[in-house]
Parts: sequence; structure tokens; C-alpha cells
Amino acid sequence: MTAATQNGVEGIIAECGGNRSCATCHVWVRDDFVPLLGPPDEMEEDLLDLGVSERRSGSRLSCQITVTEELDGLAVEIPPEQP
Amino acid sequence: VSGTLVVGASQAGLQLAISLREAGDTAPITLVGAEPHAPYQRPPLSKAFLLGTTDATGLSFRTPAFYTERGIELVLGERVEELEIAPGGSAGSAGTDRGRSLAFDRLALTVGARVRKLTVPGAELDGVHHLRDLADAERLRSSLTGARRVVVVGGGFVGLEAAAVARALGKEVTVVEVGDRLVGRAVAAVTSEFYLAAHQRRGVTVRLGSAVVAVVGGPGGVRGVALDDGTELPADLVLVGIGIVPRTELAVRIGLECDPGLGGIVVDRDAATDRAGVVAAGDCTVAPHPVTGEGRVRLESVQNAVSQAKAAAATLAGGPRPTPEVPWFWSDQGDLKLQIAGLSADHDGVVVRGNPATERFSVLYYRDGTLLGVDAVNSPADYLTVRRALATNADIPAERVRASDRPLKELLVPDSVRAGNR
Repeated sequence: MTAATQNGVEGIIAECGGNRSCATCHVWVRDDFVPLLGPPDEMEEDLLDLGVSERRSGSRLSCQITVTEELDGLAVEIPPEQP
Repeated sequence: VSGTLVVGASQAGLQLAISLREAGDTAPITLVGAEPHAPYQRPPLSKAFLLGTTDATGLSFRTPAFYTERGIELVLGERVEELEIAPGGSAGSAGTDRGRSLAFDRLALTVGARVRKLTVPGAELDGVHHLRDLADAERLRSSLTGARRVVVVGGGFVGLEAAAVARALGKEVTVVEVGDRLVGRAVAAVTSEFYLAAHQRRGVTVRLGSAVVAVVGGPGGVRGVALDDGTELPADLVLVGIGIVPRTELAVRIGLECDPGLGGIVVDRDAATDRAGVVAAGDCTVAPHPVTGEGRVRLESVQNAVSQAKAAAATLAGGPRPTPEVPWFWSDQGDLKLQIAGLSADHDGVVVRGNPATERFSVLYYRDGTLLGVDAVNSPADYLTVRRALATNADIPAERVRASDRPLKELLVPDSVRAGNR
């Protein structure tokens, strides 16, 4: 999320600054990367369940994705609408 | 054309500049700020930054390249002190404390607020801290390392967030609050009671109804804090968190209306001041109640700063008014995540869902049976459901909430159904 916001990627609003409070950094993670991320925790789960415009199988809050070597090449799609 | 001058390199100031560009405004934009930093996030200063889990770079909203690409000129480390505006127009010039002159034909004030200072004897001693900007937070973080006993003056959000951090760092922490409950200005009594118990469980001492009459000095700085009942609390670090005062002096200089009681620059729902071509946004403003459109409220929140900045940009660029947003707020105190939606100040009833003793519950607020808002502690689903209900004019009837443990979203009555019943 920080990489996106600091570089002005449109559609990643991140109004709460990465605190699992607003769900405005929602992304659709490409299928092949989903297993590498591990499951969302309960709080992220609730935000995805209720807080995003269109939940898909790869839906995650980008503030909860820590970029690691393993995630090199990570591709995500930005939903047309954030809440 | 000299373009738009945005005074205050704050979250509101940055959002205003970005929204102007998004609206297709191509005139020059200058964003001037007194601090030496490009706009950064303030909320983590009393949380992750103080704890040491994020640094100054992590707080930055944008990279330097972003400003260049969008044609937003940053003037940093210079405070605007002079301001002149031509009669009957919005063109004028600003002068900074470093002698720079900045011409503009549209003006935005996103100047924020200053901390309210403790005015008792000893308040100027080394070891007495306030927390508003990055420099304050850096000083506090570094002093906290060597401190053993910390007294926090003020049981509001900033004070409690910092108290939680200090406690997590193993300090002895006492919170002194002059009112009869914590966060009395912002949450219901039941939420205040919860935070009192929760902080006590974590080893924080809380003294309610206590006023500080002096900070007592000793060799090497602060020795303690003297209270109105004669007690002296030993302390080697004092953090004062007793609120903020909007910066209105520039507005006064150009004759903008300010609210004498609430102390902010008066704007309408479009973030327009009483002078055409001059807008204001964020902590420095007072505005009509965002839900009822009536009266005046002063809101200190990220959401308010961002929403007003978007409205201000639309006003300057002549675009459509953005959809009003439901007010929301968050406060992280250690592992306790509070999320607030709506404005609950006028409530006449509350319904509590869940058991506060489990540190997972929510408080729904009503007035005349109408849902006003929620305080949700570690309960994001309740927070989001209420936020959505308020945004879509849906209802969550109090009697249904009282009678059921089902998820709140199942109790929601959509606007269409409400209309059918009317």
C-alpha cells in the first residue's frame, strides 16, 4: 500500500494510512500470488466482507500485504471503486 | 496567472492540491508549509511512530517525484506570516518568515491547529512535552527511552494513545484528566468506562477529576506533577495532551469570519469562506454539521480534513460538489482498535452490543429513534455496517439491536423498505 500511495497510484486511497480502518486500499490479487499471502486476519476479513465494493477470491487490503522477496513480481488489480 | 496558494502542507493541503489536479485544474499550485517536511501522516505520531515501528519516511504521503510530476510546488520550512488580498477579489500575496513573497489569485488555508499549552508554573521545564508534529514526536520518542515514570496530562485520544505506547515500552504511566471520564468530548459514558478499565488492566494509573496545578522541577528537568488535591506525582517525563487551538491568525488578517466560541475559520459545506476565491479545510475550520447541515461544528479528524479538501478543490475548480461522507474516526490504543462512524454528540439513547469486559463491543447511538453513529471497539463489522447504514439512509432499529445477537448487517432496514413503511 505504501508503495502505491507514495507514488500516487490512483485508486489506492488508503485514507486511514494503513490501519485496517477504512478498506480504501482494496486490491484484487492475481490468483497465483494469493497462496503466498496467507489468509486475512479476522479484522481484515470483516473489512473485506462489509467494506469493499466487489469482493473477489483475491480481494485483500493492500495495507496488510508486506512486500517480501518471495512476492517479487506481485500483480494486483485495482477495483474501479473504493468505498 | 499566479495560481493557487495553499497555506499549510498538511493532509488537507495535499488533498486539496491533488483534487485540483484531478479536476483538471492546470494553474500553478504552491503548497507552503512551516515544517521542513513534505506532507506526512500525523495519526501515527502518537502510535506506531512513537512505538518505533515506523519512521519518518514511512509517514510521507508522497515521494518527491510525485510533486514534480503533478506540478505541485512545495515551499517547506517557511511559515506564512503576512497575507494581503485585494479588495473585492481573491488575488493577493503572502509573505513568509524567510522573506519570500508568494503571489496568488486563489487562496486555500489548510493551516491546522496548534497544541493547547499547559499554563501552570513549571510547564516550560525540559521534560514537558506536547505532541502535534513530527519534531514533537521525535523529541518525545527520544526522551521516552530514558524515562521511567511518565505522567500524561489529558485523557483524550492523543494522551491515551501515547499512554498505551509508554506502557508498552515498560514505563510507569499515570494519566491525569480534569473531567470525570476519559475522552468525554467524543464518546459515550459506557465507552469512557471501558477505556478506564482497559487502561487500568494494562497497568496504567488513571486519575479522573484531577487538575494539574504545577510541574515541579528537579535536577535534570522534571521531578513531578502537582495536583489540585495536594498530591505530587513523581515523573521524569510529562506529556501534555489537552487539545488543539485552530490557527486563525492569517484568516483574521484578511478579514475572514472566525467563530469566537469554537475558534475556527467559518466555512460552508463547500469549504468556502465568506470571501469568494478563498477556501479553508481541516482542523482550522468550523463548518455546518455534516449530517444535518445545521449549526457549526469543529471536527478534528483525517476524514474531515480530506472531505473538506475535496469540497474546497471543487469550489475553486468549479466542479460538482463531492458526495458528502459519513464522518468517521479511529483511535488505536495498544491492541484496542476504536472505530467511530457518525456524530453522536446529540444522542438521547445508546444500545450496547457485546460485553465491554471482553474488549470487543460496540455502542450504537440514537436520537428520537434515529441512528446517529457507533463507537466500535475491536468490532470492525459493526463499525462498517453503521457507516454503510448512515451513508445509504438505512436504519438499524434500536429494538432489533437490543433483541438480537445476529450480525448487525442482518438487522439493517434499507432506505427503500423504510420508505415503503412511511
